[in-house]
Amino acid sequence: MLGRAIREQPRIFAVAVTGSVLFGLMVIASAYVVGGVVGKVVVPAIARGSVAGGTLALAAAALFGISVLRVVGIFGRRLGAGYMQYRLQAAYRRRVTRRYLDLPLAWHHRNATGTLLSNANSDVEAAWYPIAPLPFAVGTLVMLVGAVVSLFLTDWALALVGLAVFPALFALNVVYSRRMAPRQARAQRLRAEVSGIAHESFDGALVVKTMGREAQETERFGARAGELRDALIAVGRLRGVFDPMLETLPSLGTLAVLVVGAVRLRQGAITVTELVSVAFLFTVLAFPVRAIGWVLAELPRSVAGWDRVRRVLDATGEMPYGQTTLDPATPAPATLAFHDVHFGYEPAEAHLPGTEVLGEVTFTVPAGRTVALVGPTGAGKSTIASLAVRLVDPRAGTVTLDGVDVRELTAASLASTVALVAQVPFVFDDTVRANIALDRPGIGDEEVWAALRLAEADGFVAALPDGLDTMVGERGTSLSGGQRQRLTLARALAGRPRLLVLDDATSAVDPRVEAAILAGLRAPADRPSSGPERRQAAPASILVVAYRRATIALADEVIYVEHGRVIARGRHTELLAAVPGYADLVTAYEQAEQEREQTRPYEEVTPLTSGLEVEVDR
Amino acid sequence: MSARSAAERSPAVANERPVSTDERTESTWRTLRRGLALSPELKTGLAGTIGLALVYMVGRVAVPVAVQRGIDHGIVGGLNLDVVTLTVIATAAVLVVTTTCGYLMMRRLFTVSETALAGVRTRAFRHVHDLSMLHQQSERRGSLVSRVTSDVDQITQFLQWGGVILIVNLGQLVVTTVVMLAYSWQLTLVVLAAFAPAVLVIRLLQRRLAGAYGLVRQRMGTLLGTIGESVVGAPVIRAYGIAGRTARRLDAAIEGQRQAQQKAIRISIIGSSVGELAAGLALAGVVVVGVNLGVDRTLSIGQLTAFLFLVTLFIQPVQIATEVLNEAQNAIAGWRRVLDVLDVAPDVADPGRQGRELPPGPLDIRFAGVTFAYPGGPPVLHDVTLEIPAKSRVAVVGETGSGKTTFAKLLTRLMDPTEGEVLLSGVSLRQVRFDSLRSRVVMVPQDGFLFDATVGENVRFARPELTDAQLTAAFSELGLADWLDGLPAGLDTPVGERGEALSVGERQLVALARAYVADPDLLVLDEATSAVDPATEVRLQRTLDAVTRGRTTLAIAHRLSTAQAADEVIVVDRGRIVQRGPHEELLRDPDSVYALLYASWLEQTR
Repeated sequence: MLGRAIREQPRIFAVAVTGSVLFGLMVIASAYVVGGVVGKVVVPAIARGSVAGGTLALAAAALFGISVLRVVGIFGRRLGAGYMQYRLQAAYRRRVTRRYLDLPLAWHHRNATGTLLSNANSDVEAAWYPIAPLPFAVGTLVMLVGAVVSLFLTDWALALVGLAVFPALFALNVVYSRRMAPRQARAQRLRAEVSGIAHESFDGALVVKTMGREAQETERFGARAGELRDALIAVGRLRGVFDPMLETLPSLGTLAVLVVGAVRLRQGAITVTELVSVAFLFTVLAFPVRAIGWVLAELPRSVAGWDRVRRVLDATGEMPYGQTTLDPATPAPATLAFHDVHFGYEPAEAHLPGTEVLGEVTFTVPAGRTVALVGPTGAGKSTIASLAVRLVDPRAGTVTLDGVDVRELTAASLASTVALVAQVPFVFDDTVRANIALDRPGIGDEEVWAALRLAEADGFVAALPDGLDTMVGERGTSLSGGQRQRLTLARALAGRPRLLVLDDATSAVDPRVEAAILAGLRAPADRPSSGPERRQAAPASILVVAYRRATIALADEVIYVEHGRVIARGRHTELLAAVPGYADLVTAYEQAEQEREQTRPYEEVTPLTSGLEVEVDR
Repeated sequence: MSARSAAERSPAVANERPVSTDERTESTWRTLRRGLALSPELKTGLAGTIGLALVYMVGRVAVPVAVQRGIDHGIVGGLNLDVVTLTVIATAAVLVVTTTCGYLMMRRLFTVSETALAGVRTRAFRHVHDLSMLHQQSERRGSLVSRVTSDVDQITQFLQWGGVILIVNLGQLVVTTVVMLAYSWQLTLVVLAAFAPAVLVIRLLQRRLAGAYGLVRQRMGTLLGTIGESVVGAPVIRAYGIAGRTARRLDAAIEGQRQAQQKAIRISIIGSSVGELAAGLALAGVVVVGVNLGVDRTLSIGQLTAFLFLVTLFIQPVQIATEVLNEAQNAIAGWRRVLDVLDVAPDVADPGRQGRELPPGPLDIRFAGVTFAYPGGPPVLHDVTLEIPAKSRVAVVGETGSGKTTFAKLLTRLMDPTEGEVLLSGVSLRQVRFDSLRSRVVMVPQDGFLFDATVGENVRFARPELTDAQLTAAFSELGLADWLDGLPAGLDTPVGERGEALSVGERQLVALARAYVADPDLLVLDEATSAVDPATEVRLQRTLDAVTRGRTTLAIAHRLSTAQAADEVIVVDRGRIVQRGPHEELLRDPDSVYALLYASWLEQTR
């Protein structure tokens, strides 16, 4: 992984490493210069009792010069390392998010939103986190080797002190990181759990409040927060043990140098200059060696992050688009056909593993017709809608548009032919205009307004403070559910699709408004009162998932599905007469009302009871 | 010098809030004072901890002092090994003591601070629940969560890493200065003079750095938002073939964030470079002035050498301060946000012990001249006076925005009326203790929110003492025994995050069962069945009949089938009650609001 980083950003890495090595060498040099200044300038001058101006100036210049070079080193290292880290992060964020855009929806279904978010965010960050200190580590290594070599060149006895202290410091660091890693991991896990409880509890705040369970929820949260506290204290205690030790060790080294140095001085093996140099060297080396420990401590987190990033980058199962385009010279409604379509979610998806969701689904939406898809909750209606616009591919069978398998169509051609309005409206954190036009060519303000009018959304958009330029906020939170639905409807209409798929897309719209929208959609051309803009959306075929009778009534044909199978198809009145399941579903309210009607007489003759008991006990 | 600079650590717990001006209006000291006032336990044994820290810092200057003593008395002017050895042994002993003190100091600090912060965290959590629903909803949910998570995490992370460094280094600065002064005030002046311009420059940079990191956080927020959109909006992106547009938006956000990070690190590097140059300047100055002082015999060789060591001890804190101070600002900003949440007085408060209990038995409802307006908005209810007898079932209908859900919120005291009073069996809701209110009045909110637990655990949410047998019996009473039997593991079936393993209709069944076992005397239903098929809805309706039997019930009806089943319908239009009476009676006037609503409903369902 580190190798990959170097390969991807070789030049900037070279800059960083050069800077770091320069810095390391200058640290060693500074020790010897300080030693030299003390031994060659300070001691003689004080002994002589007079100042040699030239030498002194030279010494000062040397000390300052080394500082300047160190600054150059720091600049190169930190700038290079930082840029490298940020570039890699950006590059991998781009790659990961590209994969998100390329991978099929089925893959998205298998992965939780939160996971995908952290893959692109914190995992990428963690993966490249050790990159920044890497040049620093390289420089420190060079510095250590340089220091030991210079120690041997100075005096073998002092070198042995160094050989004892620095490896010990390094070993202590490694032990520290090793023991810290599991504690940190535990704290991290508990942090996530605490956050999970807070998320859930605040999401359900209304339930907590209305049932008066604040104290119990606080207890639940407090218990986990307490565990986190204990974990953090454990981390802190370990830190308390090792941090002071790591700091004291080089100091002890310096003291050892003093004793050994004094002995060697007496033996005449070294000079005062060399003694001071070595003592100084120990002082300045301590910090970088400690810093290496911080890098080591981050490695496990980084590896885990990298593994998760790789999982996204290596994910397979693209849904390639074909080469065929389907753009007739004059826009005419498209024909949609399902031929013996089977569909099942892959194991590990949020649904039951491997279960067949759809089987033997065959039907046609003829050009210019409106077909209603009716069935109980969970019958597979939304899946059919997704297949129609190729959000997913069937396990077997084909879905065709104007006779062409949707898998053979180019992405652009598919998108311009069909439009899906989903059950749950999705709105981008952008302006109203951008949400409707989506930067698609040929959709100017005029087209946007036309689409808004058709979706009965022009009124509220015109009333917004900045009209089309109003920002709708994160997930459209500033709009009501019905307004969001109408906005997404307008988005679909603005593209003037030749096939419109509505997946229960008007459920949050007021009944009267819904009726107006549907009427406008269904027969724009035969409404004499409608202006020319009304006709802009026509002509299109419509596949509409519906429960409401009003919606169904507008359809030319109804397809009734149950448990992923087409049970019946035909006109509404035919199905009502012939298919009991359909009749039960569509007339549920009437039936319930009839039951109530039957209970009314009792209620009226026994006015003393509230009537509830009678009704329920029926 | 710092390999772990703040820029390189870039916010792992990304703070989605951009730096707003209000974050800077309060001074750091004021925040600290508020924080300490709220967590007095932070001060426990503080004097002892500071004492230990001071001893620990002495260890930092022990070596230069030893070097000075060793050189002056044992090396220069006659080698004396015994003096050197003695000095070294004494210093080593001092180091053992200071190291131990360091350990004790950190141990105390971490124990006290983590305990205090865990308390703050839990208190803030409770406080968020105590805030009124209006307040909870006016904040973005994510930002409330980060008050008790990332904001507190930021403080603990800072205390564990930067905090100790800051304390130790500030102490080091002080102790070093004292030792330097003891050796030579002239050289100390030289060092301070060399650092003074650096400190000024760093202070200036500090401000720019704070701004730069603010920008990093802001861009990070944008980036997270954009990534989130591309993940959550994946079906739309595919269906409309706008992967190209999305990729461009992503790239812009990624690049924007990178630019901000690079800007921040550039400023940060300039800061440490200035510190480094100052150190070089100080070293050179010390040598030049020191040699002259040495020649005048005011300074020994050992003292001068020790000074050279002390200068490096002086530079470290100055450099680290640039990085750590920035983290400190982040931590303080986090603390301030937590304190700000705790400072919000709940506008719908529990009267507590002074409060009254609701009288036993079925509850009747009285609205006396109730007006309600959302803060800063026009009234949504105008002077409503209404009486609902105990045990009756009432449906409130009206178009979206008519004010009908306001009834439910006032009745459960999620909000207080702007004017007038809501009374239950003659007791004003404002006087009712929350524990009494919540056990007697239960609301089933629009979305049947379930916790990530089993069906059984969700149902016994309000009554944890109920046994499985009692729960099963409750399901049977509701006519839901078949449904329960059909679940893979019955009561032990996990419902998934927010209950998403169940269908929307099933979630509502569980929410109704939860309300049923809570056994309230007044049930408020805010139904939302728009995503449920009619057959399921009718089934829910039957369950409801069972749940509401014998209780006072107020149902906010979005579908008129509910209204038809009620004893009485209250029709709300533009914040006023325009009609009330049984369904049939209300239909008699074909031009009435209710008749029009019903006609529209029939048009849809027939």
